[in-house]
Amino acid sequence: MVGITSFGAYIPIYRLSRDMIANSWGRGSLKGERSVANNDEDSVTMAVEAGSDCLKGLDRNKVDGLFFATSNAPYKEKLSAGLIATVLDLPKEVITADYANSLRAGTAALRGAVDTVKAGSAKNVLVTAADCRLAYPRSDQEQWFGDGAAALTIGRDNVIATLEGSFSINSEIVDVWRNDDDRYVHVGESRFILNEGYMASMKDAISGILKQSSKKPSDITKLVIPSPDYRTHIRLAKMLGFDPDAQLEDTLLGSIGHCGVAHPLMLLVATLEKSNPGDTILMASYGDGAEALIFNVTEEITKIKPRRGIKNCLQSKIMLTSYEKFLSFRGILEPVPAEPFRLFPSVSAYWREQNSILRCHGSRCKQCGRSIFPIQRICFNCRSKDDYEEIRYAEQTGEVFTFSRDQLAGRSDDPVVVQTIFEMDDGARFYLIMTDCDPENVKVGQLVEFTFRRIYEGAGFHNYFWKCRPLRYGGR
Amino acid sequence: MGTLKDEIAIIGMGCSQFGERWDAGAGDLAIEAAYEAYEDAGIGPEDIEACWVGQMYAPVGGLGGSTIADTLKLTNIPIIRNENWCTAGHIALIEAAIAVAAGLYDVVMAIGVEKLKDTGYPGLGTGRGMSPVYEARRTAPGSFALIATRYFKKYGLSMEEGKETIGKIAVKNHRNGSMSPKAHFHNVVTLEKVVNAPIIAYPLGLFDCCGNSDGSACAILTRADMARSFRQDPIYIKGFGIAMDAVLPHTRPGFEWTSFEALKNSSKKAYEMAGIKDPREEIDVAEVHDCFSITELIIYEDFGFSQHGKAKEDIDSGFFELKGGLPVNPDGGLKCFGHPVGASGLRMTYEIYKQLQGKADLPERQIKDPKIGLSHTFGGPPQISAVAIFGNEKDKA
Repeated sequence: MVGITSFGAYIPIYRLSRDMIANSWGRGSLKGERSVANNDEDSVTMAVEAGSDCLKGLDRNKVDGLFFATSNAPYKEKLSAGLIATVLDLPKEVITADYANSLRAGTAALRGAVDTVKAGSAKNVLVTAADCRLAYPRSDQEQWFGDGAAALTIGRDNVIATLEGSFSINSEIVDVWRNDDDRYVHVGESRFILNEGYMASMKDAISGILKQSSKKPSDITKLVIPSPDYRTHIRLAKMLGFDPDAQLEDTLLGSIGHCGVAHPLMLLVATLEKSNPGDTILMASYGDGAEALIFNVTEEITKIKPRRGIKNCLQSKIMLTSYEKFLSFRGILEPVPAEPFRLFPSVSAYWREQNSILRCHGSRCKQCGRSIFPIQRICFNCRSKDDYEEIRYAEQTGEVFTFSRDQLAGRSDDPVVVQTIFEMDDGARFYLIMTDCDPENVKVGQLVEFTFRRIYEGAGFHNYFWKCRPLRYGGR
Repeated sequence: MGTLKDEIAIIGMGCSQFGERWDAGAGDLAIEAAYEAYEDAGIGPEDIEACWVGQMYAPVGGLGGSTIADTLKLTNIPIIRNENWCTAGHIALIEAAIAVAAGLYDVVMAIGVEKLKDTGYPGLGTGRGMSPVYEARRTAPGSFALIATRYFKKYGLSMEEGKETIGKIAVKNHRNGSMSPKAHFHNVVTLEKVVNAPIIAYPLGLFDCCGNSDGSACAILTRADMARSFRQDPIYIKGFGIAMDAVLPHTRPGFEWTSFEALKNSSKKAYEMAGIKDPREEIDVAEVHDCFSITELIIYEDFGFSQHGKAKEDIDSGFFELKGGLPVNPDGGLKCFGHPVGASGLRMTYEIYKQLQGKADLPERQIKDPKIGLSHTFGGPPQISAVAIFGNEKDKA
């Protein structure tokens, strides 16, 4: 049977209290917190995080498909899935595709992966979904939206949740949209979009799949649905005959917000984290219609290796100290430019060096065994030429050897750059910036892990590279 | 390796006023330094047979040599630029010396010039290094601060002890710089002010970092056997050494961050050529690369002025003060002159040249009867070191 074989998730470490947003505007608060991607994060970097979490315990050389779903890809023309596959060090022969534009893209990618495996085009497909949507300042959506990512692998072996069936509703409706030259999401009148949009399509999709699979609401262990607010999904569940208290899963709206395309998959991951063999999960996503899927959890779920997932990400957070910082992280407020860069990137050099820059490969000399990052053609230790093997460091942890809190290198919204030298078990050294940290708490000897980030914009393209961060709860 | 000890002499030097020279372009700075050097040597531009230029950030497409030719009207002779980070001035001097020793030219010029204050920002810029990716946000203070963090950790200095130890170097250099008319800064600072100054790159504070300045310095060189036909007190080159580290040190497994191979090897080569066995005793005055106060401390140790881990004792005892056993940076160093990158090596050499002639511009800064002096620059992330040793007498041998 085809189904989910592994899962992972990512929530940025930063949270912003909705009261803080509300106070800044002198308007009502929607209560709770929302997650905020750091100024070096985007949908691709978050997808890499979730994908890496999901690949824990799996052989990445056996992953032969990668799908990426988002409404906010860093490039309008250029594949993001291919970048993610490279950063996750998947084989070159991997099938890649981006799913985009609709909030249903996440479940579309999930269904696409199941169909791909069923058709035999690939054996193990990694589905990643991430989003980082911009809402108009002061709007309700600014408070509701959050940033995050989820990832699932679809395959035939060691399936933890088999897909029993899926059901799709198409609905042409202009209710939540962004024109091709817009930064911010538009929303229609709330009564129209709730009743004729969300409620109508979700009702059709959920009742449709129940009918298709000859199930009653009481056959479902957990109903996993995103919601545009704190109440509408409860109204929907009741209307369909579910018991909200017993069956309805938390929407994560209070703790992180609605993470767009990634959200239904993040909710599914949160549910899988606490599921037991025999559970039946009904999940649905909304966007230009709705899509419902039913999964049956198997015995394999008890064998899944520990991972970060939603649960650990929720517990690991740093509160943003100002609303302005959030605006600046998202590029809504423009920070004072830092000193200009002395070195200019090049697309050809970036391409040529991608095994070090993107795959996080160092070289280990086959003659003397000395490891170094980035890849060196001539071993500095024994001077052997072109006689090395590449090793990936991205999943390992290192120990801080020395550091500096640099006040010159940063931007006005993030003025302290922690320049870090850390050492791996094999002695290889990395010189990277530490992100997602309180600079005042950095210490020689502390453990750090790798995180893939957007480092700056140069030469007209997005420059990505690795940084390090203190170990987040649950490690890697 | 061969030796060029006592083969080449400096017969004239010049040094511009250092500082925020809004009034002067790179060419104006070079004119100030070159014409003082001509006058000091008793020659004119027509006597220069070749010229070496030390310049890190050439203003137009890396054309440092062309700029000098155009400004100084040094026409129809070779003009060669060196860009080796902070050591560019020293390497221009050493290359000029080697060419003279080879017998190709009798009179040559080495000039360092850097115009930093036309860039529109106060620092050297972010992203210094070789890679726009691996070193995207590298800054000079952020790189050298890594040495301080590790040094304090390795030798068990608390942050307070560490900051005070390197702070005393800044206090010393500022005291010396207050007696140095051509310096950018002339302010005397207290240790309390130094350790409480705003942080630039933790643990380095404002006074641990040198300033950004404009400046130029120039040397006229000739064969040692001709030197006395130009002046009675030429200064002889006793030895030199340059060492560039193989891989950027930060990526090297096992690298300690408290001692640099480039420093050890460049000084070792220079000592060997100069015949110096005990630098702490034999060197009378030194100008070393105090781009950051921690840099001066590790130089004490890597140059054999102090034992490893023991520089603090010498700093505390005042050994490197103007009246100490080995005065270091008697003109105030980079701390007070600022660091117009390619000019600094020749500016430091200018101080040693004047000290060895007994002609320090203010008598209160003159060291009593020095015979042997050393100048040194250390550049890159850091990666390259250049040392030159001078004397006011040829060996009798």
